[in-house]
Amino acid sequence: MSQDLDTRPEADLGMDNEALAFLRQDRIPHIWCPGCGIGTTVNCFCRALGDSGLDLDRVAIVSGIGCTGRTAGYLNLDSFHTTHGRAIPFATGLKLANPGLKVVVYSGDGDLSAIGGNHLMHAARRNMDLMVVCVNNFTYGMTGGQVAPTTPTGPTQTTMPYGNFESPFNLPFLADACGAVYVARWTVYHVRQLAKAMREGLQKKGFVFIEALSPCPTLYSRRNRLGDGVDQVKYYKERSQVRNGADTKEVGLTFQGDIVVGKFVDRERPTWMEAMNSHFSKVLGETFHPYGAPDGKD
Amino acid sequence: MEGCRIAGRPGLTEDTLQADPRGVLTGVHFIDGDHAVCEGALAAGCRFVAGYPITPSTEIVERFAARIPQVGGIFIQMEDELAASMAIQGAAWGGRKVMNVTSGPGLSLMMEHLGYAFMTETPCVWVDVQRGGPSTGLPTAPAQADMMQIRWGSHGDFEVIALAPHSPQECFDLTVRAFNLAEAWRVPVFLMLDEVVGHMTERVDIPAAEVIEVVERKWTRKRPGEYKVYGTTPEDPVPEMIKAGDGYRVHVTGLTHDEKGYPDLTPGAQARLGRRLVDKIRTHADRLVDIREDGVEGADVVVVSFGITSRVAHAAIEAARARGAKVGSARLVIAWPFPAARMREIARTAKAIIVPELNLGQMVLEVERAVAGATRVIGLPHAGGTVHEVETILDAILEASR
Repeated sequence: MSQDLDTRPEADLGMDNEALAFLRQDRIPHIWCPGCGIGTTVNCFCRALGDSGLDLDRVAIVSGIGCTGRTAGYLNLDSFHTTHGRAIPFATGLKLANPGLKVVVYSGDGDLSAIGGNHLMHAARRNMDLMVVCVNNFTYGMTGGQVAPTTPTGPTQTTMPYGNFESPFNLPFLADACGAVYVARWTVYHVRQLAKAMREGLQKKGFVFIEALSPCPTLYSRRNRLGDGVDQVKYYKERSQVRNGADTKEVGLTFQGDIVVGKFVDRERPTWMEAMNSHFSKVLGETFHPYGAPDGKD
Repeated sequence: MEGCRIAGRPGLTEDTLQADPRGVLTGVHFIDGDHAVCEGALAAGCRFVAGYPITPSTEIVERFAARIPQVGGIFIQMEDELAASMAIQGAAWGGRKVMNVTSGPGLSLMMEHLGYAFMTETPCVWVDVQRGGPSTGLPTAPAQADMMQIRWGSHGDFEVIALAPHSPQECFDLTVRAFNLAEAWRVPVFLMLDEVVGHMTERVDIPAAEVIEVVERKWTRKRPGEYKVYGTTPEDPVPEMIKAGDGYRVHVTGLTHDEKGYPDLTPGAQARLGRRLVDKIRTHADRLVDIREDGVEGADVVVVSFGITSRVAHAAIEAARARGAKVGSARLVIAWPFPAARMREIARTAKAIIVPELNLGQMVLEVERAVAGATRVIGLPHAGGTVHEVETILDAILEASR
């Protein structure tokens, strides 16, 4: 059976992986657990970057804190690992200061919807030109499996030792209601669809919100006897229903229940900077100094 | 222009430019301190402000919001101070000169991002128009009670530079200087107003753009590949900077990091980074001294004051001199880093140092620490809400002179 073993030197393993070109290879190995889905989302993101046709020197990625928050550090882009919950405000400043950049926020459900929830709402309301990727693993991974605003009612978390009695956020509904122009949800089983959504998000102008459901086998799955990462991906496969254009009110999640996935929202609305420029041009006329030339020189 | 002159860093002269005339409202104005801060920021080249309304600082962002569309730049009112204090840092890495503006409760919310700015060496100016506290306190009345908060309020070891204007003219001058210091040293630089200075209206002379010295960001001339985002030398502890989008593909993190900006969570990295960051200021503190002295040599009593309190102290000092007291004044224009060496010199000759301040004892602790018992240090605490009565300071001077 020894011929089945891969005997290539370690450095050669996976060197043909198309994602490598987008990663800081001197930062590998990453910190994520075996069976964790964050790496799968990063693979999808790398594919989306390649397919987007964007000049990667002009793409910046901003993360908050947590397991997904480490993503920025692994991408070979201008990358910013900020404070807990504040990736969106940092990204807002970065984008407005340098409008030629495509700015991506890549963080977890706790970072974006708990401590950073206020910023998520307001960036969507303003239609700030950002793509937000929210990897939702239903828990706080880095701190050891505490209840999150996304934890479905029922499962046990370290700070809900008798089962979660709170109700979770329906994140696509939240983003939709606040004004996001593109809202999608996929799971790490749906790698092609997730990569396509990310590519569309990179090419879309305005506030884009993509939720990626992802297993946390070490904490969420093990504590709730849901098996390993593969078991969770099987669950995503078996219980997901693709419903593009679904009413986001109807896509809330329950513990191990059905999962509605798809592209829910794709609409047009002026971005914050477009609105600012057109408004000031109208009310201030010749005295207005327009802002946001593509060369980055205001 | 004397008031704008920066405290020098080696090799800085080539990066010193004239102000962009687009932002300079040259002329004689009759405006309050808050408005003067706004004009100072525009003159210094600030083109991005993120704010959140809070009394008594709001006039600064109101004026900036009205002025910036004609100058070219961005004002955005964020959803809270946490967001404002982070948005400016994104904008700094996007290439702009940036400022945020707040008062007590907002400052408390911003504390985590004070640490982030220090850790990531993000040039930025923070304006705190101090009001009575703690908590909501006295929103419309003065205090000088945030002096220790900006020095120690974020977790971990850090250093800031803090300037304390005592007039609308100084609000303009020192705001320009705050931006220059932020670019020169890449630390958060504070402008510590109080409600009275913020709302006091006086003559403000704004000079022609060509006489306002503006320090340009220390842009690297290295190419991608040879540039390290936190590369420094023993001679120059301030790293060169880039902006996102220039092809350098940098990584910036609030984690303990190495020269490449990569996380390095070892005790060795913590010692190297922590030391370099604090020593950047501590070992150059002698370049960051600005004390305006009057009659200190040969004085029996020296009044050490800052901000609005220095103007009350001035009246008391004049009155005491009229009664024959030998009293000097040392006004701290740069409050942090604290000019400990000069305080020790003053303590060698003065019989007493009096420290009036609008708090219940903050900078007096620094004076006590610096002079280490070499002379008598008399604190004159005042809880805020008003300034001191002149007589309170006068009585203390006369008492100490005996």
